[in-house]
Amino acid sequence: MTSLPKRSKNAKKLGLVIDLDTCVGCHACVVSCKEWNTGGYPAPLSDAQPYGREPSGAFLNRVHSYETANETSQRTVYFPKSCLHCENAQCVTVCPTGASYKRAEDGIVLVDEDLCIGCGLCAWACPYGAREMDPVVGVMKKCTLCIDRIYNENIPPAERRPACVNACPAGARHFGDLGDPESSASKLAAQRPAQEPLGDLDYRPTNKYLAPRKPKSVTSAKPLEPVNRDGGGGFIGWVDAMLSKLNPPA
Amino acid sequence: MNPAYSVLFFTCLSGAGYGMLAVLGAGVLFDALPADFVFGVVSMGTCLGLITSGLLCSTLHLHHPERAWRAFSQWRSSWLSREGVAAVATFIPAAVLALGWIFPAAVSATFWKLGALASVLGAFATVLCTAMIYASLKPVGQWRITLASIPLVPFTYFGFALAGGMVWAQLLLSAFEKPHALHMPPLTCAALALAWAVKLLYWRQIDAQTNVHDLLDATGLKENWQNIRAFDSPHTEQNYLQKEMGYRVARKHRDFLRRAAWRGGGVLPIVLLLAGAWAGGLAASVCALLAAALFMLGTLIERWLFFAEAVHTSSLYYDDKK
Ligand code: SF4
Ligand code: SF4
Ligand code: SF4
Repeated sequence: MTSLPKRSKNAKKLGLVIDLDTCVGCHACVVSCKEWNTGGYPAPLSDAQPYGREPSGAFLNRVHSYETANETSQRTVYFPKSCLHCENAQCVTVCPTGASYKRAEDGIVLVDEDLCIGCGLCAWACPYGAREMDPVVGVMKKCTLCIDRIYNENIPPAERRPACVNACPAGARHFGDLGDPESSASKLAAQRPAQEPLGDLDYRPTNKYLAPRKPKSVTSAKPLEPVNRDGGGGFIGWVDAMLSKLNPPA
Repeated sequence: MNPAYSVLFFTCLSGAGYGMLAVLGAGVLFDALPADFVFGVVSMGTCLGLITSGLLCSTLHLHHPERAWRAFSQWRSSWLSREGVAAVATFIPAAVLALGWIFPAAVSATFWKLGALASVLGAFATVLCTAMIYASLKPVGQWRITLASIPLVPFTYFGFALAGGMVWAQLLLSAFEKPHALHMPPLTCAALALAWAVKLLYWRQIDAQTNVHDLLDATGLKENWQNIRAFDSPHTEQNYLQKEMGYRVARKHRDFLRRAAWRGGGVLPIVLLLAGAWAGGLAASVCALLAAALFMLGTLIERWLFFAEAVHTSSLYYDDKK
């Protein structure tokens, strides 16, 4: 059923908390996501012409790179984007076949690939661009929150987290129950909440972003003194200084 | 949004088909159409042909058309599913309407009229569902445009369906040299004028739209930052999202195409229909044929622009200002 489930009071709301201050844009989460999901549930995450002229393929996670500025400062912000497992997920309600659904027990939004007709309407209904059509299988693909990892009793408990969270070298990605205000993910999200992306569309994403901290104003920093000459100290340094006078570096 | 041919032809053809079904149904309801065998066969054939070819085009859009039957299941939440249900359900009264025309003995007059009424309602419901598929998508600002809080997209779809239906009915009536054809042109012209008037309003409103999102809204960075730009792409080749949502060709030729659409698909057909009505005879049929062809062409351009001009919020993330 593509109507959204009624959420009972204590039901889990699993999701990610992504720290935009910590993310260094390494794309490790993108690669590990692709790696896990192309081998796992339920069909490969295909590529079209992977070694051809125009390689393209379905990915469930993409990292965007931005420069932002205000009057006093500027910085880079990397913006990893995958399905936010919205509470008011219109991608689910528009689906004509019942292939898209939101789980009542943990809020994860999934696609049943055996029901999907590949009409693409759910991707049109997702404001975040979190769904991509599989170019080979012809069904819609999206982040499953690694449903085949997080409940998987065949892997060590510490690894029962989404692949992207395990892979992140910067510790920018956190996984947890955002329905429970006492969970570490909820507490983290409460510390430095970012504005909800496209909040006025009222999709109510479960995933949270942590706002990038404002860097201190850079205008007050003094330029650094050179600490060393190329040749170091001593005789070689003296030779370098003399030669540099005769043949000044461009 | 990418104006896929399957969806263009689907909305144009079946839109005109359902419009024609409504016009024929209303004609029968008010005894305004000839209860004539040949006319019935040809007009119902044209109408159902338009509808069916449109619906078949729409299945070309699916990657798994063999599973299309599943799309009838989610009518509680999905406008696309509702559309499928309404489209198929409308075939039942349409069959009654056709039967009453072709074998008057087979259906009682009352039953025929009931079929006509249900055909009008079914056509209306189907076009409404088609329009709502688009008008309900929050990520596309243009499709949610309103005038005095009235959503415009459903009314453009009604307008074009009705005008298409009238133009085609006009064509058949004049081809069969029915006296009824003489009363039609003013009504057909009014329907044409109405459709394009709503479209011009839609264009005016989307050009003046101010509550559009930007990349700062999309990233949630508006609170602390004023400027943002992408300095690198998240992937080297175009992905599904960019091909599907990032369609930008329309910008360049927008004004020209809009003018071509409303003048060629609205003004010219009106002039032709009036000239045909004045000349009468064969000239009327030729004019009606030209008017129908021009209107369909204009609708195709209009529909192309409807998709091509629509901007999806997911394309904001790519900060593609080209
Ligand atoms: S992010 Fe998009 S795909 Fe995921 S639940 Fe929200 S609307 Fe649906
Ligand atoms: S592409 Fe598949 S999951 Fe998406 S709306 Fe269509 S049938 Fe549903
Ligand atoms: S792995 Fe972590 S640091 Fe690297 S891009 Fe993903 S979220 Fe950012």
